[in-house]
Amino acid sequence: MKATPDTATSGRRPELAVWKFASCDGCQLTLLDCEDELLGIADRLRISYFLEASSAPGPGPYDLSLVEGSITTPQDAERIRHIRAASRRLVTIGACATAGGIQALRNYADVAEYQAVVYARPDYVETLATSTPISAHVPVDFELRGCPIDRGQLVEVITAHLAGRNPDVPAHSVCFECKRRGTVCVTVAHGTPCLGPVTHAGCGALCPAYDRGCYGCFGPSNSVNFPSFVPLLRRDGMATLDVVRVLRTFNTGSPEFDAESRREAER
Amino acid sequence: MTHEDVKVLRVDSLARVEGEGALHLRLEGGRVAEARLKIYEPPRFFEAFLRGRAHTEPPDLTSRVCGICPVAYQMSACRAVEDACGVTVDGQLAALRRLLYCGEWIESQTLHIYLLHAPDFLGHDSVIDLARTHPGHVERGLALKQTGNAVIELLGGRAIHPVNVRLGGFHRLPTQRELRPLAERLRRARDAAEATVRWVAGFDFPDAGGDHDLLALAEPGTYAIGSGTPTVMPAPSTAGLPPDSDRALPTRTFPVHAFPTHVVETQVPHSTALHARLDGRRHLTGTLARYAISGRWLPPDVLRTAREAGLGDPREGTVCRNPFRSIVVRAVEVLYAVDEALRLIDAYAPPPRPHLDVPARAGTGHGATEAPRGLLYHRYTLDADGTVTDASLVPPTAQNQAAIEHDLRRAVQHRLDSGRPATDAELTTLCERVIRSHDPCISCSTHFLDLTVARD
Repeated sequence: MKATPDTATSGRRPELAVWKFASCDGCQLTLLDCEDELLGIADRLRISYFLEASSAPGPGPYDLSLVEGSITTPQDAERIRHIRAASRRLVTIGACATAGGIQALRNYADVAEYQAVVYARPDYVETLATSTPISAHVPVDFELRGCPIDRGQLVEVITAHLAGRNPDVPAHSVCFECKRRGTVCVTVAHGTPCLGPVTHAGCGALCPAYDRGCYGCFGPSNSVNFPSFVPLLRRDGMATLDVVRVLRTFNTGSPEFDAESRREAER
Repeated sequence: MTHEDVKVLRVDSLARVEGEGALHLRLEGGRVAEARLKIYEPPRFFEAFLRGRAHTEPPDLTSRVCGICPVAYQMSACRAVEDACGVTVDGQLAALRRLLYCGEWIESQTLHIYLLHAPDFLGHDSVIDLARTHPGHVERGLALKQTGNAVIELLGGRAIHPVNVRLGGFHRLPTQRELRPLAERLRRARDAAEATVRWVAGFDFPDAGGDHDLLALAEPGTYAIGSGTPTVMPAPSTAGLPPDSDRALPTRTFPVHAFPTHVVETQVPHSTALHARLDGRRHLTGTLARYAISGRWLPPDVLRTAREAGLGDPREGTVCRNPFRSIVVRAVEVLYAVDEALRLIDAYAPPPRPHLDVPARAGTGHGATEAPRGLLYHRYTLDADGTVTDASLVPPTAQNQAAIEHDLRRAVQHRLDSGRPATDAELTTLCERVIRSHDPCISCSTHFLDLTVARD
């Protein structure tokens, strides 16, 4: 994210907008879950558009737009262009906006068949054949990972924006977070399959702390090495189908998870 | 009829609801011709992509239907898959699930009370504005909400899409040492919850009723949350009573596995509106239905608080059918959930294992639990190796839509009949208030609708 302080350049409070596309609402709820910071944030930023929280939306333009959800309809593909045009900075929040979300599983299927499974009258439902991240449609200034995003990281993105600096959001793997937390490696100690070595940090390595392997909510880390990693999953009992399934969840649309799952599926 | 007699009101983006919806109101010559809650959330096809997944996956995958009530999705998914596999989770593992669910009730109901609904009663657009005039109240609400989140975070790992739930129980059990400080927070939260009931009870409520059959799970002796039998209290008109009657009526039940034959959703041509029918009739699930059906099993001190808040005594056959007063019932449910969480922590003894094994087998399983917004039903069919071959999810808002639209028509007609001129802005505000009273979760309601087509 390009760093220029908002508050220093003018006296007014920067305007924040929160937008929703195909999603579960969880990432924007994270903003309301910042119970300790919410009123403080509202003091520093004018919340101009946040439908879930306010019935008085402002007209824009917006200094900071937080975008939740993926693009799955022709109308939404159009709407995101308007939002981009009305936003100085645009930050995607969560796996849907950043990688297409769980609904990107349609990308491996015939969407007409999917419609027929769910809807008695598919012709009433307008949808695109794919679920795509925001970055496939407009330039994005920063992508915050996670399904859902981490509350602390969201506050960091907002405060970094206010201070005109880049957010401090490390892109290394979950393994670093386990070490920092002092969690014994579940793969080494118990042979539990764990996506930690290829998954982007941010959750604080929750799953291993709860005696389960990481399942990839934050998508790929900045250095993935699948040729070394997948044999570990196999050694610990995962069959090809299991590997495909574990890569094809909330971040299945990320290029790294997508490519590896296709490689596995072709085996 | 002249052209001037026809008036169309639209609210293209409803605020302070979960998810995205619109309102469409058509008036003709002083009559409400059409009131439509339009849901335009894009479909995400959960029921389609669940096919082919492992039987262990629905709890994690379906929690992503709704970031507001992920625990409800995990619990209904677990119950349905466990039912298919012939496994019953009971004892302390079931108690821990109930504790986790209490956390979601506290968090989610408090979110609705303070952040989405209360601003309506106090003339504000948002909780941020509300905080300027009522800072102490908002801080109390945020602290109460945070306590609910603390319960989910300890048991589930995080508040949204918890990681610790699995088939058969949990990945890791909490220790008594971890639960002790949580109990301390809950004891403080109890005061906040009680103060919340008293606060919202003092709001100004329009007179209204709801002539809907009420549907909630019932588990005699307790206030049903994560288990129970679908139970129906018929609409007042079936007994010749007016819609705003506060009289309870005799209930009937049906087994969870009969849910698909009783609750059917209809996709009407040339409209995106959906009409859920329970045995062919309009019904309402959620807070009002739960209180009507399970209220008599609330502990005495919670019942006393409810009575003092003007809700009447369910043990003496009183129910609340006024949707505007649902905020009071939600506050009572928060108080109950805090009490219940404390009771569960007090009675907790770690079970021998964090989870039961749930080996796959071929079959169909059904699960229903009480999401904060109402009864949430899941059904899965598995083949012998556990692959999901069919999935069906029926969320509360898809069930409530017909009742919400009916209440909209009634509220607007009532206002028009008063004889005083009504501006568009006033009618729009009234409609939004009716919709928010039902706390629709639009994110949930649209992604998977079990539909049949109504044709002429």
